Amino acid sequence: MMQHLSFLPILLPMLAGVTLLMPPFGSHKKIRRIASVTMSIVVFFASLALLLKVQTDGVVVYAIGDWSAPFGIVLVADALSTLLVCLTTLLGVVCTLYASAGDDEKGSFFHPLTHFLILGVNGAFLTGDAFNLFVFFEVLLIASYSLLMHGGDKKNTRAALQYVIMNLVGSAIFLIALGVLYGVLGTLNMADMAQQVSQLQGDDVYLAKIGGLLLLVVFALKGALLPLHLWLPNTYATAMPVVAALFAIMTKVGVYSMMRVYTLIFGDEAGELSHMAQSWLWWFALATIAVGAVGVLASKSLRKLTANLVIVSVGTLVALVAIQTVEASAAAIYYLIHSTLVTAALFLLADLIGRQRGKYTDQITAGHAIMQPRLLGCCFLVAAVTVIGMPPLSGFIAKVWLLKETLHANYAFVFWPLYLIASLAVLVGVTKAGVTLFWRHQNTVLANNEQQGVNLPQIIALLILIVAAPLMSIFAGPLSEYALGAASQLHDFNDNIDMILSGGQ
Amino acid sequence: MELLYAACVGLLVFCGVFLILRARTFPIVLGLTMFSYAVNLFLFASGRLSINKAAVLGYSADYADPLPQAFVLTAIVIGFAMTAFVVILAIRGRADLGTDHVDGEKTSQDKKVNV
Repeated sequence: MMQHLSFLPILLPMLAGVTLLMPPFGSHKKIRRIASVTMSIVVFFASLALLLKVQTDGVVVYAIGDWSAPFGIVLVADALSTLLVCLTTLLGVVCTLYASAGDDEKGSFFHPLTHFLILGVNGAFLTGDAFNLFVFFEVLLIASYSLLMHGGDKKNTRAALQYVIMNLVGSAIFLIALGVLYGVLGTLNMADMAQQVSQLQGDDVYLAKIGGLLLLVVFALKGALLPLHLWLPNTYATAMPVVAALFAIMTKVGVYSMMRVYTLIFGDEAGELSHMAQSWLWWFALATIAVGAVGVLASKSLRKLTANLVIVSVGTLVALVAIQTVEASAAAIYYLIHSTLVTAALFLLADLIGRQRGKYTDQITAGHAIMQPRLLGCCFLVAAVTVIGMPPLSGFIAKVWLLKETLHANYAFVFWPLYLIASLAVLVGVTKAGVTLFWRHQNTVLANNEQQGVNLPQIIALLILIVAAPLMSIFAGPLSEYALGAASQLHDFNDNIDMILSGGQ
Repeated sequence: MELLYAACVGLLVFCGVFLILRARTFPIVLGLTMFSYAVNLFLFASGRLSINKAAVLGYSADYADPLPQAFVLTAIVIGFAMTAFVVILAIRGRADLGTDHVDGEKTSQDKKVNV
């Protein structure tokens, strides 16, 4: 059992998804909800067990079907990928729990689709094979297409149509990139690719460069990097908030793939091609931050504001990835966890606030007073302080750390002012939203029959996300040590290659 | 053979991209299908083109690379599922939005048809 542990985060959600389609889970609402939440908790603990195992025994390489690398597909569970798997499964627990309060009945198959999405995301994090990465991308995408349509209206259909078409084109480009790279390198195992890249000669170098940059286009599309970010605000703002909260991890899959591909394959050891994406990533990341900040100021609803915050966070992460030092990657890992949790929390909050304001929903205008201002107001305060990056919560630590790491980058004099002005814009935008939603109301409360108080599952789900912010700053020491360890593992070229190609022995 | 093959792939990509840029759902579905044909052919060629070589050991003196064929099979299956999904979505989009334009806005052409 223990040697198959690294396969469980992929296997268990698949089993959960299939089981939930069958009777008695398929037909009874209550049994389905309990089973779904239980299974997502089981998956979360399996991921935690994997994380602890990786901490004690080092990197676990799992050859699927016992076909050893580079011929078969391997799953590589190292400190970074298991941490992200834990984050995904935690988000899975939160979202299944939150949706059990009633959102899952607004369309069909919410719970199975959520588990399939988690299967895809976990697979994308764990795999060590580029083609397998494509397959898991498709698994998570087709689940996300259906989830996006869950309980949707006309606006939602439009956003879904654009999202699906964009991603289908993206998938085609992904395949072309893989074809080019396979034609040149003769392998798609990431560790083996990294080895082959350094031995390329002549025209093959340019072909590999074309392949690598095409991959960059795909990852930029998934991660919503400017100019391929246009799908994101509409998609996230029209999806159901609980689905949007789950999607908070999806842009991070794109960023994670960038980290893997451009530090392992096209990293320090890649000869002529080393750091080929760096300059592209840096400038596009800065532009993404700027556009996201403007979007935050211009947003008319809390969900759209949060969607623009996602764009800002992607820009920040990609800028850190572009620096490509161990410390910057560590800061990126910390920031990634922080931003995923806080944006998910804000999406759920937007839903709860919207329910208590009747027809005004979560639009940032004066409307009905919120029924439970103390509870929601406190949660919003914590989430806002975290996302803005004010002391003492996790956002502040993440911000100070990333500013420290960008200090020595080549164009720090561009990054610092831009990032600080963007933070100011986020501060203004979020404060304006909070003041308007909570204080500037018409002193009218909705009629009794329209009121929707917060259910117990909803508040537990929300609190898990909210409490993460103070916890992340209390345990910032161990967490940052873990992030540094994970980052140095990511950057340790020879160790990675030997480990994966020898099958983890 | 290489030239003919490359020209086929290029032509399919050209048609696919042109149709996708029409920004209407039916041409987009056709365009995506053509684009994925082109991608499949291209993936197949990444193992080098050869004649009379088996991909299974023991059938001929020389062997073709079997991996791209596996890639193409996977890509075909996934592409098929995605096309089925986008067709259904396009039908729903036409019903919900009243137009087949991806931005959901009626253009002058739609008005002419309605008159």
